[in-house]
Amino acid sequence: MTPRERIVGTSVRRVDALEKVTGRARYVTDLDRPGMLHAKILRSPYAHARVVRIETATARALAGVRAVVTSADLGWCEPYFGPAYRDRPVLAIDVARHEGEPVAAVVADDESVARQALDLIEVEYEELAAVTTLEEALAPGAPLVHASKPLAGHFADLSSLRPKPGTNICHQFDFERGRGAAGFVDADVVVEDTYTFPRVQHYAMEPHAAIACWDDQDGLTVWASTQNPYSVRVELARIFRVDLSRIRIIVPLLGGGFGSKTYAKIEPLAGALARITGRPVRLALSADEAFRTVRRCDARVRVRLGFRRDGALVAAQCEAQWDVGAYADIGPRIIQKGTYTATGPYRVPHVLLHSDAVYTNTTPGGAFRGFGVPQIAWAVESLIDDAALRLGRDPVELRRQNLFAHGEEFARGETPIDGKFEESLARAAEAIRWSEAVLADRGRGIAMMMKASVAPTVSEAIVRLHADSSVTVLASTVEMGQGARTVLAQIAAEVLTVPVERVLVAMPDTAITPYDQTTSSSRSTTMMGRAVEEAAEDVRGQLIQIAAGRLHGEGVGLRLEDGAVVSGRGRVTFGELLETRFGMGGGELIGRGVVAPGRSQAPLGGSTPFWEMAVGAAEIAVDQETGAISVLEYVSVADVGRRINPLLCEGQDEGAVMQGLGHSLYEEMLYEHGQLLNGNLVDYRVPRTGDVPHLQCRFVENADGAGPFGAKGVGEGSLVPVSPAVGNALARLTGVRLRELPLTPERVWRALRARARTDQPTKDVT
Amino acid sequence: MSDIRTPSSSSVSFRVNGQMVTLDLPVHALLLDVLRDRLGLKGAKRSCDIQVCGACTVLVDGAPVSACTYLAVEVDGRVVSTVEGLAEGDALHPLQESFIECGAVQCGFCTSGMLMAAKALLDEEPAPTAERVVAYLRGNLCRCTGYRKVIDAVVACGRPRAGT
Repeated sequence: MTPRERIVGTSVRRVDALEKVTGRARYVTDLDRPGMLHAKILRSPYAHARVVRIETATARALAGVRAVVTSADLGWCEPYFGPAYRDRPVLAIDVARHEGEPVAAVVADDESVARQALDLIEVEYEELAAVTTLEEALAPGAPLVHASKPLAGHFADLSSLRPKPGTNICHQFDFERGRGAAGFVDADVVVEDTYTFPRVQHYAMEPHAAIACWDDQDGLTVWASTQNPYSVRVELARIFRVDLSRIRIIVPLLGGGFGSKTYAKIEPLAGALARITGRPVRLALSADEAFRTVRRCDARVRVRLGFRRDGALVAAQCEAQWDVGAYADIGPRIIQKGTYTATGPYRVPHVLLHSDAVYTNTTPGGAFRGFGVPQIAWAVESLIDDAALRLGRDPVELRRQNLFAHGEEFARGETPIDGKFEESLARAAEAIRWSEAVLADRGRGIAMMMKASVAPTVSEAIVRLHADSSVTVLASTVEMGQGARTVLAQIAAEVLTVPVERVLVAMPDTAITPYDQTTSSSRSTTMMGRAVEEAAEDVRGQLIQIAAGRLHGEGVGLRLEDGAVVSGRGRVTFGELLETRFGMGGGELIGRGVVAPGRSQAPLGGSTPFWEMAVGAAEIAVDQETGAISVLEYVSVADVGRRINPLLCEGQDEGAVMQGLGHSLYEEMLYEHGQLLNGNLVDYRVPRTGDVPHLQCRFVENADGAGPFGAKGVGEGSLVPVSPAVGNALARLTGVRLRELPLTPERVWRALRARARTDQPTKDVT
Repeated sequence: MSDIRTPSSSSVSFRVNGQMVTLDLPVHALLLDVLRDRLGLKGAKRSCDIQVCGACTVLVDGAPVSACTYLAVEVDGRVVSTVEGLAEGDALHPLQESFIECGAVQCGFCTSGMLMAAKALLDEEPAPTAERVVAYLRGNLCRCTGYRKVIDAVVACGRPRAGT
């Protein structure tokens, strides 16, 4: 019987709270290096164009300009990068493939000179036919975004990329279970429709930034706003042809990530500019430039669901096309992961899924909170409500009937379901008062989700216990607001029975903190949490071994308590034990934790470390005059196994819901003739204080997660059900089913008007 | 720093967080750049560049302004307050305590601006309602918290009202 935890499960103060409320917190753009220069990027004004000639002499002649760089100046390095395909040039080579693609860069003494110099660069373009929508890109004979086959990237699960030669399709993914589409013969009721999901901008408030600096030993140090320093390290080592050990990525605090800072983005260019100038170079993007750097993949999703008369879901088919923009980034993995769990938390015997990742001449699509799941859940969860209507069933009941049970198999070789969907659904239904009557002018809707985390996957950690009983945790998990450093400190403090204030979690630095695959996929608490727990347990084992020697070989019955090893016979402090071990007041105990489940027979090549699961329920009203939706109340329930820090979990889910409301109601990057029309915060509307509904975030905690103390991932799941929950509420309130996000007043108003025309032809509709 | 001759410059004197400063500044210099690059006050952040997000909010004579679009010469003879001046020594301002307590801080990039906008509100109105806080902070974006805990933190910080 283990004693009850004292630190885990409590809302200890964030370890970075003080620096963040006093303005002392430092982000990349707050840093300075001696002799640092400033870079600015000249971007393509065209969606697709041949770069015929670049004239840089005038810009170079401007006082204060240190270098003007084009791809012609990058012959000394490997100028392409990308995690799935190496298809993205550091600077455009011969062709620019999207509006805003970097074509040249200026390095100058300060940013304002660099900006002035951009205007002095003359570029002659020859405009090419562009494809800026899925329809255009998939049309027969469509212009190709990439004419030649790009080089392969480095991920094991992407080793079998399947481009379709001669088309813009850069990857196809298929998944089949049972009899596939033949399973529809068992269905009595079939619902089918096509849903679309928009291009969405992350708008992490801190735009991408990097400071790069080469040393005298051919080593490159980059202070980068990245969610995965080790992926950036791999890219830079390859681009600059140096050992991994000579690339040092240091990550200060991030001003938000949400997926936008996964994989290399601007670090390759910063590194190249620093090499060329021989000086530290700072490259800080503006928010407008972030719109031209990465976005969520838009998608067109056709789904068919087959139910038996009794409500059992027997067959599902999904065909999805995903727009990954001009460069694949991690798009191929997004379509795999999103498609794989297309059927959500439901048991479906017969499944046939197909997805295409499609290049277009737009901002590259990449990872964004939810990683492909929101796009498909929007379709599937809406259709489940349509099916309930057809079957004469309550949407909550129909869902409940088809839910996976705890421990049930999702796919052969895959991790069994590790939470209780039924409990989450019941909690959400109760909180939104599902069984009670709703006011006549309001509607309620509910939706669910299930998501796999990334696999195979690796996290390593080191825990150092010092002579004064303070602790250093070395972990490469990036702090981007989620509170990971606080949670990791809590885990180490709990195992070693020291106050959480005495644990310092070092900032990621690839020269110091050990390997971690990525800070994304809601994986840090589970994977890095386990690595830190294991490393702390390693230290605990060493302490007990030393204490056993000191307490005459009695290792049994020894335990840690308040910074000491105790037994029936007495108590020895950590400091005394280190003195025993080292014979002096120095030395430290070092513990190591490695969490690396490796590959498996699961369909994606690795078994998910855990399933992220959430339910959302909304109560809305609609302004019949304007079509504006007001989300009055929202309930989110996430099955997180166990909350290490309840307040941080709430913060994650409240933020996720609001970000979900953004793409549900307001957000969409709009293009016209290949030009991004609203790539700024005036024209692109994100949620504001006035948009917050009465919001409750609740948690199912059965301590059944794969992470430390029964915890598992949180943070992405609660974003996913928002759109279908709101859409379902709209359908139940008005009878209007919208299949296109965001649910803008105009779309809702038009649909209401169209419905009024068909339903009540005799009534006068104004 | 720059080799470029600025078209014209101006001597600007103002009080920032209680200290008098006098700087020779180009007339087009933005307050945000002056605070961050000349005075080392990095708390105010650059995000949207166009006076929408509020991450650069500082107070000029007690009123919140977006330093990213505010000419530095305009603060001549005036009083500028930034997040760095909010705490008195080690004693945090009640808003700072409340933000920590309520979980209103995540990535922290909006936090300085949120705190300064909230301070302006509380200075004007010691016990605002939630509706008032929502309206006042409309010009401060946050992409992490979903705002609820920020609103709670400001409301909780308001002076307890007498009677009901």
